[in-house]
Amino acid sequence: MSGAINRPTALLRVWRGQPDQPGGYETFEVPYEEGMSVLDGLRWIRARLDPTLAVRYSCINANVCKTCMALVNGEVKYTCTARLQSTPTTVAPLPKRSVIRDLVTDTVPADERPAHLGVNGEEVTGKPPEP
Amino acid sequence: MTHVASDVLIVGAGGAGMYAAVAAARGGASVLLVDKGLVGRGGATIMAQMTVAAALGHEEPDDWTVHAADTVEAGRGLCNEQLVALLCQQGPSRILEMDAWGARWARTGNRLRQSPAPGHSRRRCCYIDFLNTGPAVAATLRRQASSSPHIQRLSNVAVTDIVVRDGCASGAVALDMVSGEPLTIDAKAVILAAGGLTKLYRRNSASANMGGEAYAMALRAGAELVDMEFVQFFPIGHLAPRLVGMDPIMWDPFRYKLGGRLLNGRFEEFIHRYGSTDGGHYSVARDLASYGIVKEVEAGRGSPHGGVYLDFRHVAESALRDAFGPVIDRLLANGIDLTRMLVEVSPIAHYHMGGIRVNTRMQTCVEALYAAGEAVGGAHGANRLSGNAITEAFVFGECAGRAAAEDVARRGHSGWDSAAAASALDLIRCLRDGRPRGERTPLSLQTELQDLMWDHVGVFRTGAQLDAALSRIRQMRDAELPHLRIAAAGQFNMDLHDWYELRAMLVVAESVAAAAAARRESRGAHQRLDLPGTDAALRHNQVIRLERGALSIRRAPVVQARATAAHS
Repeated sequence: MSGAINRPTALLRVWRGQPDQPGGYETFEVPYEEGMSVLDGLRWIRARLDPTLAVRYSCINANVCKTCMALVNGEVKYTCTARLQSTPTTVAPLPKRSVIRDLVTDTVPADERPAHLGVNGEEVTGKPPEP
Repeated sequence: MTHVASDVLIVGAGGAGMYAAVAAARGGASVLLVDKGLVGRGGATIMAQMTVAAALGHEEPDDWTVHAADTVEAGRGLCNEQLVALLCQQGPSRILEMDAWGARWARTGNRLRQSPAPGHSRRRCCYIDFLNTGPAVAATLRRQASSSPHIQRLSNVAVTDIVVRDGCASGAVALDMVSGEPLTIDAKAVILAAGGLTKLYRRNSASANMGGEAYAMALRAGAELVDMEFVQFFPIGHLAPRLVGMDPIMWDPFRYKLGGRLLNGRFEEFIHRYGSTDGGHYSVARDLASYGIVKEVEAGRGSPHGGVYLDFRHVAESALRDAFGPVIDRLLANGIDLTRMLVEVSPIAHYHMGGIRVNTRMQTCVEALYAAGEAVGGAHGANRLSGNAITEAFVFGECAGRAAAEDVARRGHSGWDSAAAASALDLIRCLRDGRPRGERTPLSLQTELQDLMWDHVGVFRTGAQLDAALSRIRQMRDAELPHLRIAAAGQFNMDLHDWYELRAMLVVAESVAAAAAARRESRGAHQRLDLPGTDAALRHNQVIRLERGALSIRRAPVVQARATAAHS
């Protein structure tokens, strides 16, 4: 198709890492369209370049699930409403949360984690302990 | 390995799952409410910016029987009328209960405001301003579920299989996304409330996480699905310019509150060409609107991005602001000024009428297995009225939770048996260790499936397209699903989760395509270009089950209303 080689692209510098390994930034090039969100770019990376990139989102762009927060160019933002720029965009996990993997941090409330129920091998019940 | 026990396990924590949790706890059961995302943040409920239909009669005289008649008429002859009666009769109680729990329904004094909506013969659609209905009701239910000492919530836990022993649901196997470890759950009753299947389609309006898992789990557990051919395409999903921070189906309330003209690429009104009128009322039914839009695009009269225009330029800015306040500013931030611009819209997969076959206690044909919300099939027949989906989440959720708690009290024990869970656990471990080492990734196959479903099993279908889709889907299932490349990685392994989602998407896609191929007519949301027109002789439902790995379809008579009204 004509024009394919001249399509604009944008660069995303994304923090990659897991708790027990040293992390670092990886740069990806994605097709750029005016108005697209940072999450659009991250989803494109997952679909076409690296499906192991961990990122939390549910509603894609309605900004109602409120689960896609990350540090975008140093500011806490919802990646679904932050716009991608034609200049490089840096995305990092939330600073005050421990990292689970890549951009996913421990934003699950403590009482909603399996660890809250018991540890390996223990049989526990869904009922909370008696007061 | 973590093993958890609870009276009732609820899979999916959107509106239906959370309501079911509250109702089951109220019935004396201990509840485990599990979501693959975050409890109360995923699914379709939070995406519902619009309205909830219930015959409260606050704006004008109304009665549940009138609401039921409207729902049945929209369903093109296929509604399960007993489910409709339940939905419409209990809708008002649920709305008022949510009101007591602090949902801030728009009101005038003591009366809730109720909007008109297409297909409803009365003003009966409640809402929370501005376009905030879904997030607000989800927050209300999340508060209720969190405040009960009998409900344990679990986020980022993806149930992969329901464990069935001797024909009775006895719990589940799940993947803890955060640790990457499997988890077993012993339960005396299980409620599937994991929503619909819109993720099967390239263009879809709901959350990204509804790949039909509830249907797939039900099939594999031995339960039946009904009406799987009826996928609702929302006619005026946002298409262009790029809009972020808003639901792509947000134009519907704009249209029926303020009026919005649908124009083709030549700026002509066109709905009248397809056997309906839209002039001044903006109340054309969804299936007809989708049909008209696709036909205009096909005829070369589409808008630049392949849809049609929606035009509000005749509406005064003050009227726009009165109706939608801050939403107007969000649109302006997206560069959209409705007083001088047109937006482009086109159909988008929005909701699934079909689903798990249940009775009026939300029981499936598998003992101790229930369903709730969009996961349930049958109440809407071939076409759903706007406003009935959140009502369904509330009513069917409450009903399922209450029935499951009664079931648990009667049964008294669980049939958990580790041996029955072994194969599902082995599969998680095998995949987690990166055992399959093919070329393609689960996500790339998901993307291909979404394109296939959109192009061949979408708004319009033909026998040839459906057959082609079925053969490709079966090929994906048999030849590719077992050999995909999955990264052997521990925490938050999205690759592994994508694989499970894909496994569900494939069997559900096959169900939709097979049911669509078997229904040799056009009816409601199922439009066959090779078989136009509805055949009165085909007024029956299609029921699907999975037997020894193969889907079978049979016909079942439409469930008629009981002679005397059901009591609540």
